[in-house]
Amino acid sequence: MDFLSYLISGISLGSIYAIIALGYTMVYGIARMLNFAHGDVIMVGGYMSFMATTRFGWHPLLSVIFAMIICTVLGIVIEQLAYKPLRAAPSLAVLITAIGVSYLLQNAALLLWSANPKSFSSVVPFDSLRLFNGKLIISGTTIVSIFVCVIIIMTLNTIVNKTKIGKAMRAVSEDKDAAQLMGVSVNRTISITFAIGSALAAVAGVLLCSAYPILMPTTGAMPGIKAFTAAVFGGIGSIPGAFLGGILLGIIEILGKAYISTQLSDAIVFAVLIIILIVKPTGLLGKKVLVKV
Amino acid sequence: MNESISKTKMVPLPSHAIIPERDASQRPILEVYRLGINFGGLVAVEDFNIAVGRTEICGLIGPNGAGKTTIFNLLTKVYQPTSGAILLDGKDTSNMNTAQINRAGIARTFQNIRLFPSLSVEDNVKIGLHNEIGYSMATGILRLPAFYKAERRAKERVMELLDLFDMTHLASHRAGSLPYGAQRRLEFVRALATNPKLLLLDEPAAGMNPSETEELMSNIEKIRDQFQIAIMLIEHDMRLVMGICEGIAVLNYGQIIAKGTPKEIQTNPLVIEAYLGKKKGDQVC
Amino acid sequence: MRRLRMRSSIDNCLTYGLVIVAYVVIRLLLAGGNISYALQGQLVPITVYIVMAVSLNLTVGVLGELSLGHAGFMSIGAFSGAITATLLELLADTTSTTWIRLGFSMPWLRLSLAMLIGGIFAGIFGFLVGVPVLRLHGDYLAIVTLAFGEIIKNVMSILYVGYDANGIRVSMDSANALKLDEGGTIIVNGPMGVIGITKLSSFTAGFILILITLIIVLNLINSRAGRAIKAVRDDKIATESVGISVWRYRMMAFVISATLAGAAGALYALNYSSVVARKFDFNTSILVLVFVVLGGMGNIRGSIIAATVLTVLPEVLRAFNEYRMLTYAVILIVVMLVRNNATLQHVFRQVGARLSKSLPIRRKGGEV
Repeated sequence: MDFLSYLISGISLGSIYAIIALGYTMVYGIARMLNFAHGDVIMVGGYMSFMATTRFGWHPLLSVIFAMIICTVLGIVIEQLAYKPLRAAPSLAVLITAIGVSYLLQNAALLLWSANPKSFSSVVPFDSLRLFNGKLIISGTTIVSIFVCVIIIMTLNTIVNKTKIGKAMRAVSEDKDAAQLMGVSVNRTISITFAIGSALAAVAGVLLCSAYPILMPTTGAMPGIKAFTAAVFGGIGSIPGAFLGGILLGIIEILGKAYISTQLSDAIVFAVLIIILIVKPTGLLGKKVLVKV
Repeated sequence: MNESISKTKMVPLPSHAIIPERDASQRPILEVYRLGINFGGLVAVEDFNIAVGRTEICGLIGPNGAGKTTIFNLLTKVYQPTSGAILLDGKDTSNMNTAQINRAGIARTFQNIRLFPSLSVEDNVKIGLHNEIGYSMATGILRLPAFYKAERRAKERVMELLDLFDMTHLASHRAGSLPYGAQRRLEFVRALATNPKLLLLDEPAAGMNPSETEELMSNIEKIRDQFQIAIMLIEHDMRLVMGICEGIAVLNYGQIIAKGTPKEIQTNPLVIEAYLGKKKGDQVC
Repeated sequence: MRRLRMRSSIDNCLTYGLVIVAYVVIRLLLAGGNISYALQGQLVPITVYIVMAVSLNLTVGVLGELSLGHAGFMSIGAFSGAITATLLELLADTTSTTWIRLGFSMPWLRLSLAMLIGGIFAGIFGFLVGVPVLRLHGDYLAIVTLAFGEIIKNVMSILYVGYDANGIRVSMDSANALKLDEGGTIIVNGPMGVIGITKLSSFTAGFILILITLIIVLNLINSRAGRAIKAVRDDKIATESVGISVWRYRMMAFVISATLAGAAGALYALNYSSVVARKFDFNTSILVLVFVVLGGMGNIRGSIIAATVLTVLPEVLRAFNEYRMLTYAVILIVVMLVRNNATLQHVFRQVGARLSKSLPIRRKGGEV
């Protein structure tokens, strides 16, 4: 029964990673950049929801929507100001800029909300689910996280594969110049991708803080790195890959913590990543690229 | 005709028929037996047999997509063959990787030029001389006398090689900033610097005007004579191929459809068909 | 041709000259008491970060592979170096052999050996990490270096090392599990890191390490092996085609880079009384990467300048107090944008031209 309970919390944590990983993977797939500030957008989402519920006394659901709106706007502003001027720049320059944005967000949060951890109260209104005479307790947040993740993946898959903007996204990710020549607005597509990714980050931030209710300016950093790992794990650029990578990462982390070592759980996660990449160098669902000679 | 086809199928030996007479007494530098590769079911090259004489200039021609560059990639182990054997100077190369193949004696150029664009012309050629220079990392870091001696000798050699193509004045330029034709020549020089026994040239005349092609032709022959090496080249410019190649192999859909001297190839109906398509009512043979 | 060769040797002389002049000037300022206490505390870290940046530049700029785990090698060097220094000191205290006692009681010898051992350990780790990492390319390689950095940090946080009459004891469990005799010393205490370090590092030692690093890296770059490494960066297939083993030279650059980072780590650790594994995390790797990118890929002098300026900058920005890290972030973003965006460069140049026109100084023409 313990195992089942660990497994479920692993899937739940994995769902949150998957939602964050989607942001990384979509931006990477379309703009070919590692958006290191993504993790910090999560943190902003958490603070926004926190502010809305505690300071303004809003309904939790409303606070989530508020956080999503703010993060979407933030994502677009970051993209326009910091990344768009670097479209033609080498990828490392964009990476360093993203790191700069990450520092900026963290330190702005530090000024606004101080380094003291805020205790976040879960936005999920349901009680825990008790099964097998109370031997298995599943918290409301756990259920909601998994549920929300599944809905998001399905929606995104539909958007990418069935809609016009989805077709534009696929075209841009395949070949930016060719897409431009075919009349696809590359800049607009990239902006929309950032907007979607940032809105998802807000959702992930709220869920993360509901599950682990400590909110600090650095809250987003480690989950950000791990979600990025999850995206690579599943094959960066692939939406199902981000989902699979996120879930697996969550399960490995929780099981590793439970059965091997609490302190080494991160090391285990990264060791599994290394092994996967050595066996399959482009991730679980990543495409193999043949070099043309 | 029928008989000769069945003969090549039965005896999978590369035909020595087109090796020039002066090389006939010696073992061919390259012997390829039933070489083949498929990419996930798609057969790109199949049953490729050839022998190249020690000082032969040999042409590999065929329509686009016939598998010519793939054969170069197989010979240099950029791709791993799925079947067949490659003997270089009588030695089996099946366990060698690309770098070892080069050290064993095959150098090549690339269809889409692959230089070291951020480095100088001189350094590009010096990298070709890498295995000849041969001092250790520690010698380089500690700047021992052997370093200066080897570098001085390398520099002389670079200038000699560049001089073959009148490129000494470009030595300090960035390779990536050279005009197209000069980049092709530099790739040629770099390949030559590795001291090969067999040089593979992938479309050496691409993008060149007629007078440049003329110069290239005489350069290829000059280098063959001076270095006494075999040269195998892929080329679409028929004036070049017919002008300098002693033996020609024609490839279509991954298979050799004809082999012979330039004269034989020019009149071979299979070749004409591969290039121009079959005319209605035309009969083969 | 001679011009290019000369330009590169002039370039190297400039780099050495810059370092030496900077050292002499700082020495003079120190003697005159003109350097603030806070800045004095930054002198050794600056030298450490210079070595870190130059060594990372070998991987990122010269070899062309993005490494996000450079702090991991620094960590290995810091731990093995600090342990070495402490052990040597204990040995000098307890031994009856005169030459050992006299020899190891000399701080500079302990420091040199610590940096050497730190470098060797980090180099060995570099090789072990390199075997799997160098099978990958591009972003995948980057993420695996990040993963190794995190693993090293995690493992170092649960490492316990002690020393007593029976020798060295190691545990991954707890300090008690070391089962030390009475009078034994705990050298590494899990999450608390290496404790009880005798401070051995000095600005001069850092200066010497920088010189050694420069000799290794600059001479390497301008030699046969360095050319091969640059060839790998430009085109792997072409490199193989001229008979050079890509694996060998990628590994060489990676291991040398790790070794130098290890020596820098040892210097860093021996500048404090204790050092924790958390210090060498992803953020430190990124910090060093920022030095390399801002200084210019493959530009060694640029790395040195960027490491110095960006280490001193937060101190200078102390006037802004709580806004200093925010300012740092903004400066970083603006510098990246200006350096890489043609339109912004144009704007800046125009502003610059207007300013220089208004100034009565005539600029000399010349190559930029």
